[in-house]
Amino acid sequence: MLLISCPYCGPRAEIEFRCGGESHIIRPGPHDAVSDERWGDYLFFRQNPKGEHLERWFHAAGCRQWFNVARDTVTHRIIAIYLMGEPKPAAEIST
Amino acid sequence: MSLLREGVSGQQGWEPAWHDEPVRRSYDAIVIGGGGHGLATAYYLAKNHGLTNVAVLERGWIGGGNTGRNTTIIRSNYFFPESAAFYDFSLKLYEGLSKDLNYNIMFSQRGMWVLAHDRHGVEMARRSVNAMLLNGIDAEYHDAESVHRHIPGLNPNPRFPILGAMNQPRGGSARHDAVAWGYARAASHLGVHIIQNCEVTGFIIRNGRVQGVETSLGEIHAPRTGMAVAGHSSVIARKAGLRLPISSYALQAFVSEPVKPCLDTVLLSPATGVYVSQSDKGELVLGAGLDLYLSYAQRGNLPWLEKAAAGLVELFPQFSRMRFLRQWAGIVDVVHDSSPIIGRTDVDGFYINCGWGTGGFKAIPAGGWCLAHVMATGESHPLAQAFGLERFRTGALVDEASASGIAH
Ligand SMILES: Cc1cc2nc3c(=O)[nH]c(=O)nc-3n(C[C@H](O)[C@H](O)[C@H](O)COP(=O)(O)OP(=O)(O)OC[C@H]3O[C@@H](n4cnc5c(N)ncnc54)[C@H](O)[C@@H]3O)c2cc1C
Ligand SMILES: [Zn+2]
Repeated sequence: MLLISCPYCGPRAEIEFRCGGESHIIRPGPHDAVSDERWGDYLFFRQNPKGEHLERWFHAAGCRQWFNVARDTVTHRIIAIYLMGEPKPAAEIST
Repeated sequence: MSLLREGVSGQQGWEPAWHDEPVRRSYDAIVIGGGGHGLATAYYLAKNHGLTNVAVLERGWIGGGNTGRNTTIIRSNYFFPESAAFYDFSLKLYEGLSKDLNYNIMFSQRGMWVLAHDRHGVEMARRSVNAMLLNGIDAEYHDAESVHRHIPGLNPNPRFPILGAMNQPRGGSARHDAVAWGYARAASHLGVHIIQNCEVTGFIIRNGRVQGVETSLGEIHAPRTGMAVAGHSSVIARKAGLRLPISSYALQAFVSEPVKPCLDTVLLSPATGVYVSQSDKGELVLGAGLDLYLSYAQRGNLPWLEKAAAGLVELFPQFSRMRFLRQWAGIVDVVHDSSPIIGRTDVDGFYINCGWGTGGFKAIPAGGWCLAHVMATGESHPLAQAFGLERFRTGALVDEASASGIAH
């Protein structure tokens, strides 16, 4: 079971949170210049790495804020937690 | 007969079910992954297309992946005509599989019930029954009284009332190891090489075409390579330079101590978050929901386990004192529309069978059949045409995720 440190509320059990999937995905545009290929890629294709992953989490049963988590998908170790809009943490992160 | 003979002769005369062959450096076709889909692919390559110079490369042991970890439920209760045709073809192959493989897969068509606990559940069940009947698949709607009559032991006074259910009488379960072993044995008899402890680590690509694979046992060449590696689909595909629309999640299951026969059907209750059946050994086999964050760790989380256990006790209070014996998880490859991906890729000579998510055991015969077909002929099998990778570009999803209410 994950223990996630919400940047606003502190450490809480994983059942309080929802995972929103991969972070730092940028919506392509302008909308009338986006190919089907790029649009499909944006909607459906993900990194899905075996290892370090940058993802968004939502504190659904707490402050209801979104934030970013860097987590290892094999060990489930949480490597870093950082705010929405902050750049990717450099240390240890390869993706 | 052999059972009797071995019984009196000390069980010394059994022959191995499949041969351990030394690996050749080149084959007519390579299949990556020795789960049900990979083994079925190899079997149908040999049987349907006469390609017998085939290798199945498995990094662990045959059937050690999700094929040996699932809750063994087989059904074809889908919504869209494409899915109905595909999954019912699979169910029909299952119906003849013990005979075809000459191996008892212990297929038991005990019925598959989906309970409705609220008005929306009832509407969904009625709609599903209608859709299935229109697609020529057996389905029945039962009201509450009929559900209780057919499934004795259900809580007569639950917190989430049982208002009705749909049943697919031809649904059921099979022995999952036997499915893998039966295909392995039958493929091996046709000449297929089953290579265990052989991990695929990369691809040999020349002029944009896959010419073979790099493995822990060295390079192996073949003009066509198929992949059926379930939870590891995106990891392997990336080695061929291919991205996939897949997310890998952990799905867990557990079994209770064995008890006398008390449940003679497969039961799914979406609202309480549990599905359950009783194995021939007497264990209750339970499945939980997906851990909804990416995972390659083969263990599930505790909250989902608790939720499934609570759901079971809600349906059958008398099971509350039973002990769980084992718990485990497998990594499943989930796609947005909860439909599989079978077919060619942008990399020539590389074919894929993946995206089964939480429901690919029932699809093993048809998935193998269709992957073998596209590998042998270069053309997608008619049953698999809707399930190509291009649908994530064209938008022509087969959205069973919403249509048949697949929870994951
Ligand atoms: C808990 C649980 C319950 C389930 N319940 C059901 C159910 O009731 N009904 C149903 O229909 N489905 C169910 N499923 C889903 C079903 O089990 C899978 O969809 C199905 O088994 C997939 O078969 P497969 O052959 O594609 O994969 P697998 O059986 O996982 O085989 C893939 C193989 O590829 C191998 N592999 C991976 N990487 C490499 C590599 N680099 N080189 C060589 N080999 C490699 C793996 O070792 C593995 O043996 C369940 C799954 C789980 C986890
Ligand atoms: Zn918070």
